[in-house]
Amino acid sequence: MIGGLFIYNHKGEVLISRVYRDDIGRNAVDAFRVNVIHARQQVRSPVTNIARTSFFHVKRSNIWLAAVTKQNVNAAMVFEFLYKMCDVMTAYFGKISEENIKNNFVLIYELLDEILDFGYPQNSETGALKTFITQQGIKGQHQTKEEQSQITSQVTGQIGWRREGIKYRRNELFLDVLESVNLLMSPQGQVLSAHVSGRVVMKSYLSGMPECKFGMNDKIVIDKQGKGGATDEAGKSGKQSIAIDDCTFHQCVRLSKFDSERSISFIPPDGEYELMRYRTTKDIILPFRVIPLVREVGRTKLEVKVVIKSNFKPSLLAQKIEVRIPTPLNTSGVQVICMKGKAKYKASENAIVWKIKRMAGMKESQISAEIELLPTNDKKKWARPPISMNFEVPFAPSGLKVRYLKVFESKLNYSDHDVIKWVRYIGRSGIYETRC
Amino acid sequence: MQEWANQLCENRQFGSKMTDSKYFTTTKKGEIFELKAELNSDKKEKKKEAVKKVIASMTVGKDVSALFPDVVNCMQTDNLELKKLVYLYLMNYAKSQPDMAIMAVNTFVKDCEDPNPLIRALAVRTMGCIRVDKITEYLCEPLRKCLKDEDPYVRKTAAVCVAKLHDINAQLVEDQGFLDTLKDLISDSNPMVVANAVAALSEIAESHPNSNLLDLNPQTINKLLTALNECTEWGQIFILDCLANYTPRDDRESQSICERVTPRLSHANSAVVLSAVKVLMKFMEMLPKDLDYYGTLLKKLAPPLVTLLSAEPELQYVALRNINLIVQRRPEILKHEMKVFFVKYNDPIYVKLEKLDIMIRLASQANIAQVLAELKEYATEVDVDFVRKAVRAIGRCAIKVEQSAERCVSTLLDLIQTKVNYVVQEAIVVIKDIFRKYPNKYESVIATLCENLDSLDEPEARAAMIWIVGEYAERIDNADELLESFLEGFHDESTQVQLQLLTAIVKLFLKKPTETQELVQQVLSLATQDSDNPDLRDRGYIYWRLLSTDPVAAKEVVLAEKPLISEETDLIEPTLLEELICHIGTLASVYHKPPSAFVEGSRGVQHKRLPGSAGSGESVESPDTSSAAGLSEAPPAVIPSQGDLLGDLLNLDLTPPATTGPTPPPSSGMQLGAMDLLGGGLDSLPPIPLRTDTPQSPQLPHQSPSPPDYSPTELGGDLGGSPAMGAAFGAPPAVMPASFNAPVSGGLDDLFDLGGGVGMTMGAYSPPKTIWLPAMKAKGLEISGTFARRAGVIQMEMTLSNKAMSVMTDFAIQFNRNSFGLAPAGPLQVLTPLNPNQSIEVALPLSTVGPVMKMEPLSNLQSGRVHWEATLPACCLPAPVLVLIVDSVS
Repeated sequence: MIGGLFIYNHKGEVLISRVYRDDIGRNAVDAFRVNVIHARQQVRSPVTNIARTSFFHVKRSNIWLAAVTKQNVNAAMVFEFLYKMCDVMTAYFGKISEENIKNNFVLIYELLDEILDFGYPQNSETGALKTFITQQGIKGQHQTKEEQSQITSQVTGQIGWRREGIKYRRNELFLDVLESVNLLMSPQGQVLSAHVSGRVVMKSYLSGMPECKFGMNDKIVIDKQGKGGATDEAGKSGKQSIAIDDCTFHQCVRLSKFDSERSISFIPPDGEYELMRYRTTKDIILPFRVIPLVREVGRTKLEVKVVIKSNFKPSLLAQKIEVRIPTPLNTSGVQVICMKGKAKYKASENAIVWKIKRMAGMKESQISAEIELLPTNDKKKWARPPISMNFEVPFAPSGLKVRYLKVFESKLNYSDHDVIKWVRYIGRSGIYETRC
Repeated sequence: MQEWANQLCENRQFGSKMTDSKYFTTTKKGEIFELKAELNSDKKEKKKEAVKKVIASMTVGKDVSALFPDVVNCMQTDNLELKKLVYLYLMNYAKSQPDMAIMAVNTFVKDCEDPNPLIRALAVRTMGCIRVDKITEYLCEPLRKCLKDEDPYVRKTAAVCVAKLHDINAQLVEDQGFLDTLKDLISDSNPMVVANAVAALSEIAESHPNSNLLDLNPQTINKLLTALNECTEWGQIFILDCLANYTPRDDRESQSICERVTPRLSHANSAVVLSAVKVLMKFMEMLPKDLDYYGTLLKKLAPPLVTLLSAEPELQYVALRNINLIVQRRPEILKHEMKVFFVKYNDPIYVKLEKLDIMIRLASQANIAQVLAELKEYATEVDVDFVRKAVRAIGRCAIKVEQSAERCVSTLLDLIQTKVNYVVQEAIVVIKDIFRKYPNKYESVIATLCENLDSLDEPEARAAMIWIVGEYAERIDNADELLESFLEGFHDESTQVQLQLLTAIVKLFLKKPTETQELVQQVLSLATQDSDNPDLRDRGYIYWRLLSTDPVAAKEVVLAEKPLISEETDLIEPTLLEELICHIGTLASVYHKPPSAFVEGSRGVQHKRLPGSAGSGESVESPDTSSAAGLSEAPPAVIPSQGDLLGDLLNLDLTPPATTGPTPPPSSGMQLGAMDLLGGGLDSLPPIPLRTDTPQSPQLPHQSPSPPDYSPTELGGDLGGSPAMGAAFGAPPAVMPASFNAPVSGGLDDLFDLGGGVGMTMGAYSPPKTIWLPAMKAKGLEISGTFARRAGVIQMEMTLSNKAMSVMTDFAIQFNRNSFGLAPAGPLQVLTPLNPNQSIEVALPLSTVGPVMKMEPLSNLQSGRVHWEATLPACCLPAPVLVLIVDSVS
């Protein structure tokens, strides 16, 4: 199991050091600094073995988090824990920075004592942790016996992510379907790979211990219903259903129920959390198509023309569109002409960045640029990195639709109808690249 | 660094505002003094701030152990935050101040009785972290109570505490019966208590491999599976990792566990998913392949594995390392998912390299076009390592998928045209392998390769190019010029290149003897006379000898047809792979090494094995995968990585890497011939014509006084260039080093010594006797000996000489275990007493049925103990190897 956990600043100075196991000596903390943080070469692996001691590290801005062990630990678990640790810290004091860590070091030690015991991760749900580890010092001494046992049963309980007795005057929930659409396209416009990775993020402000059921246009569910129920409805909705390649759920979702019935039922944590993640590869709506044309005119000039076409309902508006056209390292000057938006050559980034604030569906726009090159002796050809694109569209490129989110709370006097529900779809570009 | 400790306390958002920075600017001595005063202050807030400062100093590595009594005094407080800080301090310094740590015991014991469960748990948790014997004694009673506490939070903490205590004092834990209590907790009503108990038990069981501590039976498994649905993500990992150690009784039980584990594949936590994959991969072995469920399960495994690739890069890396194992074991799972392994421009380099590896493994006729297009793209990237690997991958594709070979070659030629130096070199190295796989097919490209001769500066690429020139000398008009140009700087080349150059020129000579006589003489003299490298020198001699004795035989040996190299490369050896599959998700699977390779002590030394499959014997593959078939049955030849070029060229790795011990080489007949070349007819050799040109050579054989340190593969490799020799020398890698170890130099000398034809009875060669035991070391008994095969029986022939003043009697011999299982076939027959200054010849027949133990080096016969209270020192006995080889033939 995890033998120790260290946090360093960018210089390699120790900000937090907690050792859980006797086999981790005091020199371990220096070994990581010398061999990884101060290493001359770029880090080639997130797992480093130094003198039979293994170090796992992740970096957040310029802070290094390193877990250290001498055993054959579950490596995936260690990384999951490090990410979780980052989440917990962010939930407590915001951004992970040297300043914040120094200011909260007592709190961090307290958290580390609670969520790692002898190197075994324990309950690390912030919802539960915040009930008894607070910045105002422990409530401990003022709690009643009932409160105490409520805390402990929550921390260890089946529903460790939610406490009892939550009350809201207005029961409300927000669902965000956030998708990132990834594309790799050949210069000829052939889709080399495309997938959507989506997340359903929920903000729940619900009283009591509500039982929720979430439904979407999952092809398997719709087909199943279609077989048993009305045929015309199946025909109608069958078209709109989507094939989900795979999905994963927050730990509140009853996985065995999903496995057997494919229904998504759960008691949600309070506040914001990620209900599910999913991935689709079939019938993806690619919001934009990029058509590149690069011509080398002699050895010192390149002509680039890029056309983008929007491919969605004309009534919808895409926002924050940015096209990044890489330029060779020996570029000496660039002239750009674009019909829409603003384009600039950024020498420091070796790219022409073309920004368009808004663009409606079924439109097209183009940019052309002349790139002057310095003659070089460098035999190495320019690698021609792909043209990448960023955007945001108000629909889900996978075609996912939320069908319902039902809320049941038998003990309190509110029903599904009283809950105010909001649903929003946002599609963003993930890695959206076209080779040129 | 010192400053921030003081900042910390200034900037605190909670607690009173401190303006004590002046303490931190004073000298260290003063600082400790001030802290001491503060710690003893009456004001609670001041105390607390002082403890915080102490902790801050501790973190940055200052020694604040001097404050031990003062800090411990602050322990008696109802302020939980302060208490936790004091505990933190205690955990750090208790070990260095054991006597003072005792002061804390009372508070711990008292806290374990506190009405607040959080405080009870805190006390028992902290106490377990204090590794001081006296404290552990006091821990037992509170721990016993806490294990039965009414509050689950306390119980789950106590469960882990048992593991802590076991780490400090295992005996104590057993004596106090904590293990039984811990086992009871597996049936606890609270899932988190169950999970922690499982974690603690698994850890303790690891250090007691045979204790049967984790007595997994269907009932406990059922309890674990129930808890699995209810506990935290971490708890699920503990339980799944524990489940993976269980071996179901039959395929039905196996299936029912799999069914209950599969829902975990949808968990958001990647570690839960990977641990579930581990359980499924292992239990799947027991399912009959024709079962419907088996197919369903295979299909269910792919999507979650693909989903892991959308995790953060570090996790992707762990996932990819594991997928690499999974596709080797069961290629069918991911065979349609090639695209997800395409490299993204922004992937960290470690993810890129791993993806590339998996792409090659998944490459097949169906997807090769796509893969090639990708690889070509990668070959133009920036990162040198990545580009090299991509180029190499193209070559591997060509070897793996025959239909693509032509396209691969043309892609490689395109890349050579880019003239990017390292791309060109890498391409030449892989093209050489392609030639080996498809002889006489792509030789048209040689001209293009030759154009780039001058730009090659890496030894591996130079050696590859030279090999190509030598191999195809008859088709390259100016082969002699090309090779001659390399010869100019012969001594500046690396050994790899020198050896290759030597071989290539000999090949050239054999192909075009008329024009190249001068060249071959030149290289032979460079290799034998001017070089200090024993490998090179001896290879030179052998060629020389071969050429001068019988050019026809030389041709047969050097220009023999080479075996084709096989397609799958870099495969992990099957038993290791099985073990690693049992370790999916863990560090072992990331390193691709068994835990024993990187874990100290007793932990993880046990080797895990996959359970045998039900009914269908050992075969792992499903019928539809032919590529998997190669996996377990015929362990394929492996293209060695850089630096082992020669082995590569001649493809010596014909044996399964798994073979340990002295299995005789599979091929036969040929070896005898090969041996004969070296030994058999030597005494009837005609004089060497070349020798007259080089006056030094007659003495040369005698000029190698020190036993050369042969590197087996290389000698075997080039010597032969023939499969027969390859087999004889290379096949049993275990036996190999023996034949060239120390005393054989005598033998080699003999080989070259024309006059002194040692009696070569029955065609088998036995080296002359060497002194095994000098008289000085054995109270006057000198033993010299050798091994020989007489009439099909291996014999140890010894000369015993009495160099002492008294009579020696009662000889007996005993063999220690050795690599070949050599043991005396009968007693040592020395009938007469051995008088002073008398010698006696003894022949001891040997059998190979004795106990086998692998020795380093293998030929080490840490041999007999002759009963004259003299232990024969570990003799390196070369001959048995030769004898054995011959033996296995007959």
